[in-house]
Amino acid sequence: MADALPKTPMLDELEKGGWPSFVTEIKLAAEKNPMGKDLLGLLERSYKEKIGHWKHGGIVGVMGYGGGVIGRYNDLPEEYPNISHFHTMRINQPAGWFYTSEALRGICDIWEKRGSGLTNMHGSTGDIILLGTSTDQLEPTFQDLAKIDFDIGGSGSDVRTPSCCCGMARCEWACYDTMAACYDFTMTYQDELHRPAFPYKFKFKFSGCPNDCVASIARSDMSIIGTWRDEIQIDKDAVKEYADSGMDIDSDVVGNCPGKCMAWDGKELKINDKFCVHCMHCINAMPKALRPGKDRGATILIGSKAPIVEGALLSSVLIPFIKMEPPYQEIKDLVDKMWDLWCEEGKNRERIGEFIQRIGLGNFLDEIEVDPIPEMVAHPRENPYVFYEDYYEDEDEDDEEGDDE
Amino acid sequence: MAKSVEEVADAMYKLVKDADGLKKLKAMDLIKSMTELYGDEVDKKLCKSAIKELINSGKCVYTYFGGSYIELPHREGAAND
Ligand code: SF4
Ligand code: SF4
Repeated sequence: MADALPKTPMLDELEKGGWPSFVTEIKLAAEKNPMGKDLLGLLERSYKEKIGHWKHGGIVGVMGYGGGVIGRYNDLPEEYPNISHFHTMRINQPAGWFYTSEALRGICDIWEKRGSGLTNMHGSTGDIILLGTSTDQLEPTFQDLAKIDFDIGGSGSDVRTPSCCCGMARCEWACYDTMAACYDFTMTYQDELHRPAFPYKFKFKFSGCPNDCVASIARSDMSIIGTWRDEIQIDKDAVKEYADSGMDIDSDVVGNCPGKCMAWDGKELKINDKFCVHCMHCINAMPKALRPGKDRGATILIGSKAPIVEGALLSSVLIPFIKMEPPYQEIKDLVDKMWDLWCEEGKNRERIGEFIQRIGLGNFLDEIEVDPIPEMVAHPRENPYVFYEDYYEDEDEDDEEGDDE
Repeated sequence: MAKSVEEVADAMYKLVKDADGLKKLKAMDLIKSMTELYGDEVDKKLCKSAIKELINSGKCVYTYFGGSYIELPHREGAAND
């Protein structure tokens, strides 16, 4: 057993109650590794003083990569020498977060040897987060992880580690194979993931249906959300079973339909699919009776982000429906065009959603050669001053030149 | 005639060296400068290969200070021994 743990009355409060506690986990890690002991001491001190004691390290990394390591040093290294360096490593998780126990043990063994032993499964981007190591252990950790087929994820102004819901591996609602798409995009954009060349970060998130379990609409620059374009499939007998078992279909399902496109006469459930907004409510409420249509694909949305430099944004529709078939070339071509424009004209630390707001959706669409359509209207017009001249001029010019379609 | 990866990497290195301590350069700054300097003799793919060469050779490193930059290797102010 390592030295006695420091007294941490404030942190101990966080062990009370019914939830797992990170304090308990750090104490357990401290039994094996002195980093845990110093971490407890420094954290208790920060709680008391209400001051953070971490310094940002902007250079540390592994050879050849520009992302995946977040440098941290503490500003009291004499008092807390075991966490003088306490760098975080982001490791690219497998699609859908599926592991064998052997893979997990492999990661943990490496991290107990090379770092603090503390992990965060998983970070908000989706990576495996390995918390706390020193500069000299970064490269050996990277090499050890490579031997068990794990690679470092993204950080900084690069493609962040793409993530997806478990999709077809476990979920009957998946309208496309999220895990296959996520893996494919991860492999396609290895260069962009490891070698930061953007104005700021760029995230892909893949959800298999509009339930959007990875919250891609709120947390990714490009949200790829499964959907269907034909009719919701209805099993009439199963609907009857729900009604017979006491479900109030009128109030609980029809009454909550945001498209106001369902009707229930006590015997038959009807859906006017033309007005369905694909919210998934009815399907979630009656999973045995309703399922997404058969003509399935995804909606591509662009521009969400959490509030860091500017306020939070939700993604808005760019492509209402696209078939999700490997190698997803149409989407990748679009991504290339967007990146070219954003890299050329984007400001430092400007996410693509902010960039679109700054230059205007019309100009953005012009540049990436996508025609505007009504589905792109995120919300009703708030500015009554609309100018159409540019579009008329552009059309005239195109006509005269008769150039490429 | 198209430039070689090494030539472009050398030109990029000079830019980074000249800017050292004055301005932090991003990958895109280097690519834009190369396009200005060499015109059609370079393209984005070549410039990306040159950056890779620059980093893999250890002559430059990626850094992160709010955004990602390419700089000469140096000991950062925040580092502890
Ligand atoms: S987003 Fe849809 S498909 Fe993916 S896990 Fe959630 S419910 Fe299933
Ligand atoms: S998916 Fe939503 S909008 Fe469509 S029918 Fe069901 S509840 Fe209505």
